[in-house]
Amino acid sequence: MNEGRREIVQLVFVLVGLIFLIKLFFIQVLDNKYAELADSNAILRQVEYPFRGLITDRHGKLIVYNTPEYDLTAIVKDIKNFDSTKFCQVFEISREDLRLKFKEMKKRKEYSPVKPTLFIDQLSNLDFARVQDRLDEFSGFYIEARTTRAYTTTALANALGYVSELSKDQLERDEKSFYRQGDYIGQSGIESYYEEQLRGKRGVRFKLRNVKGVEKGSFKNGAYDTLSIPGQNLVSGIDLDLQQYGELLMKGKSGSIAAIEPSSGEVLALVSGPSYDPNLLTGSRYSSNFRLISNDTLKPLFNRPLMAQYRPGSIFKIAQAMTALQEKVITPETRIRCDKSLIGCHPGHDNQDLRGAIANSCNPYFLGVLRKMLNKGVSSSPFEDTRIGLAEWNKHINSFGFGSNLGIDLPNEKGGLIPTPAYYDRAYDNRPWKFSNIYSIAIGEGENLVVPIQMANFAAIIANRGYYYTPHLIKGMGKDGKPLPKYTERHYTTIDSSYFRIAVDAMQQVVESGTGQYRARLADIIVCGKTGTVQNDPLPAHSVFIAFAPRDNPKIAISVYVEDAGQGARAAASIASLMIEKYLLGKTKRQFIEDYVLAGKFLDQKN
Amino acid sequence: MALVTLGWLNIFAAIYDETANQTIWDLSLSSGRQLMFIAAAAVIVVVIIIIDMRFYETFAYLFYGLILALLFLVPFIGKEVGGNKAWIGIGSFGVQPSEFAKFITALAVAKYIGSVGFKMDNLRNQAILFALIGVPIILIQLQKDTGTALVFTSFVLVFYREGMSPFLLIVGVCAATIFVLTLLVPNPLYLHAAIALLLILLISFGKKKFKRIAILVIGALLISGVIVSVDYVVNNVLKPHQQNRVKVLVNPDIDPLGVGWNVTQSKIAIGSGGFIGKGFLKGTQTKFDFVPKQSTDFIFCTIGEEFGWIGSLVVIGLFVTLLLRVIFLSERQKSRFARAYGYSVACILFFHFAINIGMTVGLFPVIGIPLPFFSYGGSSLWGFTILLFVLLKLDAHRSQVLQRI
Repeated sequence: MNEGRREIVQLVFVLVGLIFLIKLFFIQVLDNKYAELADSNAILRQVEYPFRGLITDRHGKLIVYNTPEYDLTAIVKDIKNFDSTKFCQVFEISREDLRLKFKEMKKRKEYSPVKPTLFIDQLSNLDFARVQDRLDEFSGFYIEARTTRAYTTTALANALGYVSELSKDQLERDEKSFYRQGDYIGQSGIESYYEEQLRGKRGVRFKLRNVKGVEKGSFKNGAYDTLSIPGQNLVSGIDLDLQQYGELLMKGKSGSIAAIEPSSGEVLALVSGPSYDPNLLTGSRYSSNFRLISNDTLKPLFNRPLMAQYRPGSIFKIAQAMTALQEKVITPETRIRCDKSLIGCHPGHDNQDLRGAIANSCNPYFLGVLRKMLNKGVSSSPFEDTRIGLAEWNKHINSFGFGSNLGIDLPNEKGGLIPTPAYYDRAYDNRPWKFSNIYSIAIGEGENLVVPIQMANFAAIIANRGYYYTPHLIKGMGKDGKPLPKYTERHYTTIDSSYFRIAVDAMQQVVESGTGQYRARLADIIVCGKTGTVQNDPLPAHSVFIAFAPRDNPKIAISVYVEDAGQGARAAASIASLMIEKYLLGKTKRQFIEDYVLAGKFLDQKN
Repeated sequence: MALVTLGWLNIFAAIYDETANQTIWDLSLSSGRQLMFIAAAAVIVVVIIIIDMRFYETFAYLFYGLILALLFLVPFIGKEVGGNKAWIGIGSFGVQPSEFAKFITALAVAKYIGSVGFKMDNLRNQAILFALIGVPIILIQLQKDTGTALVFTSFVLVFYREGMSPFLLIVGVCAATIFVLTLLVPNPLYLHAAIALLLILLISFGKKKFKRIAILVIGALLISGVIVSVDYVVNNVLKPHQQNRVKVLVNPDIDPLGVGWNVTQSKIAIGSGGFIGKGFLKGTQTKFDFVPKQSTDFIFCTIGEEFGWIGSLVVIGLFVTLLLRVIFLSERQKSRFARAYGYSVACILFFHFAINIGMTVGLFPVIGIPLPFFSYGGSSLWGFTILLFVLLKLDAHRSQVLQRI
């Protein structure tokens, strides 16, 4: 009687089985949503930020390092039983601030009530220590640690540069997609130039976590993990003591000091005055301080040793002399009368040879030298003759590193200007020009522009008797401790080495009996130098001095440029000699000179 | 044939063993215990095969009485596990009498159906049958173990096979539909209105006989009554955690982190398995506790996640095969007792299988009943072992039945 019922029961069983399989097929095979949800459930992507490389001075003294910083983040959904009074008390903020913080947080682009969002950024070490123990009283708030740059001294700010969150532009320009939003990047100075070495490599870890968010080991035994690789440490050629001393001497002055080790091209000191405290541009204070510093009328962010293009003044006479000797238009014995009809000069000399002319910085002499250079009579037209002569002159002058970027390992370097025939064509709008139009370049005035690092490099060339290594701040990177390859290449000038002996003699004479004898001469060290006084009407002249020491086997070549400080023999010569003393002897034996510089009253003729 | 069935069971046992081990692989305690339970189950199998087959039929009512007494006592001496007070503690292990009650009730029901003079058409006989399953339901419900109590409703399918009118089943299905509709539609007034509308339509377009109209009106009133009572039961009688389970069935996305967590996570785990699964022990969802109760009620998630659709196919295939095999065995029994018993076994297994997998894939509400032979737990394993092997014992001696009669 109940036949068929068995089949119905069986049918029901099979049907249910089929329904399950179909449903399972949908959620398992056809719908990827669940797999993704499972991954986001269980796999935590943890980015490991590498340590940025450290920067030390030439003796291994730490200049830049990393320090931990702590952000307070909040997951709004997890905030429970929030006691605002206690919170304000622990974090030492006012109620009004607290309300603002909440408002700010909710306005953030990345804000989500279930994800950690920045609440208070960059708690200091001190805050962190105080807050750490009491954090568990506030559910939903978490501390996130990361590192930020810190500086052992206030020195070298402009050369070091600073690190900050990369801008939208930078993110878009990053073709290799190395960076992500919120990453930090070197924005200027060494931090920027050596960004690739310093930044290291970010690591990613895929972690498994259980339902409570507790980590349960690595995903697939770390098959997809990458380790973070710390950035390379950089050893700079900077002598931190010398650098700090230089900054002390430049205090309250505008200008620059650039000191180079001639035998390697390593920069020993690079002072830009006025400067700023690099610690101001780290951490939480970055944005507000940056605005202050960049709006400062004294332009502390302007890196003068590389960016300030000055007329070189009398120091340029040495380059003229070398060029003229190489072109054989003069000999060291050539005498030219100090004829002040075209150009003024200092008193106390009349008809000198080359060494004497350099020592006394005789303007008419070098006017005559340049005339011999530019008007050799190869063409009957004075215009054409000058043009040919100038082109030759350019070739030699450029070989000293003037007129174009040296290629120092810092961004924003300026090349200065050495006028070429093409330049004058443009300047004279293609009307003819000849020597009488352009003679002021003879004494480093006129159209010539150089930057202080080029002047220091020029001193190094003379110290090396004819060659230089491109000045660079970083003498060693990473483990092998070598600088970038381009900094181990020797660059020769077009001048025969033998002629430099004459320049060296003359510069020694400058310090011993010439313009530099009062403030640049040292008792134990033979200093070779050259003063420059660059006209800057109606303001006082710029004070310039280049030097190297000791005369034989020189250890330091230096240029000092002090704006609006009058004669080169005063401010610049004093500072340069003090720097040489500091570097070679450890400290000055001439306290009065140091006092004179620190007082800074260079225009007062009674001193 | 008994041997073949044993072979299947071995496969089952093998899979079972693996599954149990992997799910709780870092809790050696649980997997170790489960191994012990399996060993005990083997002993039970031997005992069942040794005992004379007539023993079961003869003492069915006695057992029934005993288990009822035990069930009655559980609320007083039991210990509470997961909101249900269904356990009797024996040392560090707990035993759930309700698991064994299924077997014993099956015996009793089968014996009654197989008794001389039993006629399904007889209302009194029917009433006794319903009483046989009704009493344990009430007692188990008193332990607040709704899941197990519901299992007993699967006997209705046995009654159907043995000649009960399908009317009750149809009414049951209709009631379930109305039940779900009641939950789906936010305001029961809409449902009442719809019924009234349907009633008016049926009356106006059909023959306008008084009797027909009366039946329709009564039917409509009954349905409305069901709706009202369902509404009342769901909102007022069920405990909040049960209410939530029912509500989540209708809309699992109500609160994926709260009430719907179980079902959502279970679906994520199964769904992430893909076609071939993540591989043995590679499941992230089940291994890291995203799915709650993964070694007991949600054991199927592990299969779904680690062995994918293929694994699910095998498991479901095995279950359906087992069920059909049990039906086949039942149908070839010569005594009505054995056949009714066989159907009871099939129906109990089916109910567990359907509800358990149904809840893990989000087709049924979360009702805490184990998946036979897979879920961790001694009582449940032993209960199913006894159920199945008594049937096998009966089957092995089916020729003797003839001799006896």
